[in-house]
Amino acid sequence: MTEKKGWKDIPIGGLIAEAGTAKEYKTGDWRTFRPVVDHSKCINCLQCWMYCPDSSVLVEDGKMKGFDYDHCKGCGICASICPVKCIKMEKEE
Amino acid sequence: MAKTASIPGTKTLPLMGDQAVAEAMRQIDPDVVAAYPITPQTEIVMTFAQFAADGKVDTEMIPVESEHSAMSACVGSAAAGARTMTATSANGLALMWEIVYIAASTRLPIVMPVVNRALSGPINIHCDHSDTMGARNSGWLQVYSENAQEAYENTILGMRIAEHKDILLPIMVCQDGFITSHAVEGVEIFPDEAVKKFVGEYKPVMPTLLNVDKPVTYGPLDLQDFYFEHKRQQSEAIKNSLAIIPEVIDEFNKTFNRKHDLVEEYKLDDADVAILVLSSTAGTTKVVVDELREKGLKVGLLKPCFFRPFPKDRIVSALSKVKAIAVLDRAEAFSGCGGPLYEEVKSVMYDAKVRPHLINYIFGLGGRDIFKEDIANVYKDLLDIAKTGKVKDQLNFIGVR
Repeated sequence: MTEKKGWKDIPIGGLIAEAGTAKEYKTGDWRTFRPVVDHSKCINCLQCWMYCPDSSVLVEDGKMKGFDYDHCKGCGICASICPVKCIKMEKEE
Repeated sequence: MAKTASIPGTKTLPLMGDQAVAEAMRQIDPDVVAAYPITPQTEIVMTFAQFAADGKVDTEMIPVESEHSAMSACVGSAAAGARTMTATSANGLALMWEIVYIAASTRLPIVMPVVNRALSGPINIHCDHSDTMGARNSGWLQVYSENAQEAYENTILGMRIAEHKDILLPIMVCQDGFITSHAVEGVEIFPDEAVKKFVGEYKPVMPTLLNVDKPVTYGPLDLQDFYFEHKRQQSEAIKNSLAIIPEVIDEFNKTFNRKHDLVEEYKLDDADVAILVLSSTAGTTKVVVDELREKGLKVGLLKPCFFRPFPKDRIVSALSKVKAIAVLDRAEAFSGCGGPLYEEVKSVMYDAKVRPHLINYIFGLGGRDIFKEDIANVYKDLLDIAKTGKVKDQLNFIGVR
């Protein structure tokens, strides 16, 4: 976590002086449990990719590659939907 | 405010307080006025709407469907960089409540004449200060006017104060409902050009909405991580305003040959006792002071012109000279300890080197008249307190059965 600015160093009135700053907001830091995939069991059915509400399942060339942990909120839908149970939810330390 | 000669080109017109404020708005010619009529403020909006319909101003007049919408439209237009005004009273102010706070915390320099009226219930349309006193912690500046002349001048002055780059806070310009708003006075209206030059062309300090080259966000969600910092900024702005307002007042006084101040002292220099009161009742009190002075009684008056920011140092230094002070409140704070003005005066007087006796009188609720004799009786009580050093009851009521 970077050091946050104090009251003298931020725009007044709650103004956000630039557009598109939501991109910089890593919503993944809400997460309590993180999904971890066991690639040796994964059959690349991509159901996790289809069901993920935050587009946080990474896919390349039709293969499940892991998770975007900057944005995954740890809801566990992927683990729940996985037909071969290769995704485990592990507590964030 | 002491009478001074007016600048060349000033015209004296027979105007009610509401019309006088509408004249100030005509001269300011704001970009946007979004307002809803409510007694006894209606004549401000009505008169101004006529100016807009007659092409005397270039203002975009938005006749909204409620005060909540009025203040919402004002927030939008001020955020878009438009010089913005509205006006209200009592229940109208209450209906705006949510957005009143948002206007201040978003740091939008909206000028809002408020014609003081009792807040329901039971429903009443006449003067007291329960409406704006309820909004005293909303983050708005508040200036109280003794008569139509002051209401007119405070509206012009308020525009420059609100828009000052180191303040950027909205301001309520208050006058007493009916007593001032609907009584015709000879009001001196400055030349249009002089007012326009004083308020100047509005150049927003903050980046504004609707600028596609530099898009910004107003009013985002502000949680545990930054909300407190924004409140700290508001606190600083109010503190700064106490130093900056006298500079703007000074410029106003030089431009228009006037004697505005944060507070007005009336025959206080050698006074033994003093009354502290806002708005039109200060005028009545001056008459009583003059009459009692004729009889050799050393009585004086302190009229705070600004209530937000609260001119602490000026009040403490002015009142430290006297032995006993009566604070006259035209509102009840229902704390069980006295009215809002009394609470604040008492609080700042804790820091006085010598603390005079303090007594509170609630008066004039719901437009109940206060007479010269009532004020003379307060001075009589004060002179007794000064002599005996005893305050029987701190909280008293004038003119209630």
